[in-house]
Amino acid sequence: MTKTKKWYDYMWIISATYLILGFFNILFAWIGLLCFFIPLLLAIFGGDKIYCNRFCGRGQLFDLLGNKLHLSRKKNIPKFLRSKWFRYGFLTFFMLMFCNMLFTTYLVFTGTNSLKEVVTLLWTLRLPWHWANHSTTVTPWVAQFAFGFYSVMLTSTVLGLITMLLFQPRSWCVYCPMGTMTQLICKAKYAKEEAQHTCHVCTTCNSCNSCGNQRNCEVTYQTEEG
Amino acid sequence: MAKRKAVVLQNECVACGTCVKTCPLQTISIYKGMFAEIGSKCVGCGKCASVCPASVIMIEEVQA
Ligand code: SF4
Ligand code: SF4
Repeated sequence: MTKTKKWYDYMWIISATYLILGFFNILFAWIGLLCFFIPLLLAIFGGDKIYCNRFCGRGQLFDLLGNKLHLSRKKNIPKFLRSKWFRYGFLTFFMLMFCNMLFTTYLVFTGTNSLKEVVTLLWTLRLPWHWANHSTTVTPWVAQFAFGFYSVMLTSTVLGLITMLLFQPRSWCVYCPMGTMTQLICKAKYAKEEAQHTCHVCTTCNSCNSCGNQRNCEVTYQTEEG
Repeated sequence: MAKRKAVVLQNECVACGTCVKTCPLQTISIYKGMFAEIGSKCVGCGKCASVCPASVIMIEEVQA
């Protein structure tokens, strides 16, 4: 157990700092967009979940709290929470709420609504957060987006903390919308590659698996996945 | 004594990589962002199974 720590094992510091900074100045919330775009770009162009596997500071934070600080019960997650319909359902819900947040920002942008200095926790609880808005210099929609985005980040952190306590430290990873999304992208990318793949053993592979060699012929994986 | 080895329910794996970080023999990898793959060095210690947040790793006996 003497694995040397790499620089990317300290990303949890960034995640924790992010949440703290948003408490003092809401505009820092914008930085969180990186946690959206980096995993997506790595999945789209790299075809893997290296972000989750290596860089995700939130996962590391839950890992630390649950394992190092022994805050987790380390119980199995209930089956429905790891089922496909829950994971895809949560992703859908999350994206809808995200669009809703963008729409709120748009309404402030057009001047229809005025800026609301609140952080909405769990999509319902409106927490006063006016002290974090010093943004007299920025246009209101910039601040509105920051409040909205910080709400998303705080909500998901709270959910993650709850499941960290109740189940395994990184239970959040099971239903994390970003994780689900990047895995879907990877699967789609792989399916596309496979469609163009020709087997080395047979000229026309129909996934019969008679070669039984998953190492040389990755097509067999598709039948498992299907 | 029968040998033991970790087996991943690949269809339910979320490819989070928690197991990869835990394996003392570093024999797990995430296959193309889709699921975890147990390497040949696995000794069936069960460390990965105990940390998997989705509980999709089983330790099974294998014929020698
Ligand atoms: S810890 Fe479990 S869910 Fe995560 S990659 Fe490993 S087997 Fe898959
Ligand atoms: S059972 Fe032990 S050796 Fe085998 S993959 Fe899991 S952690 Fe590694």
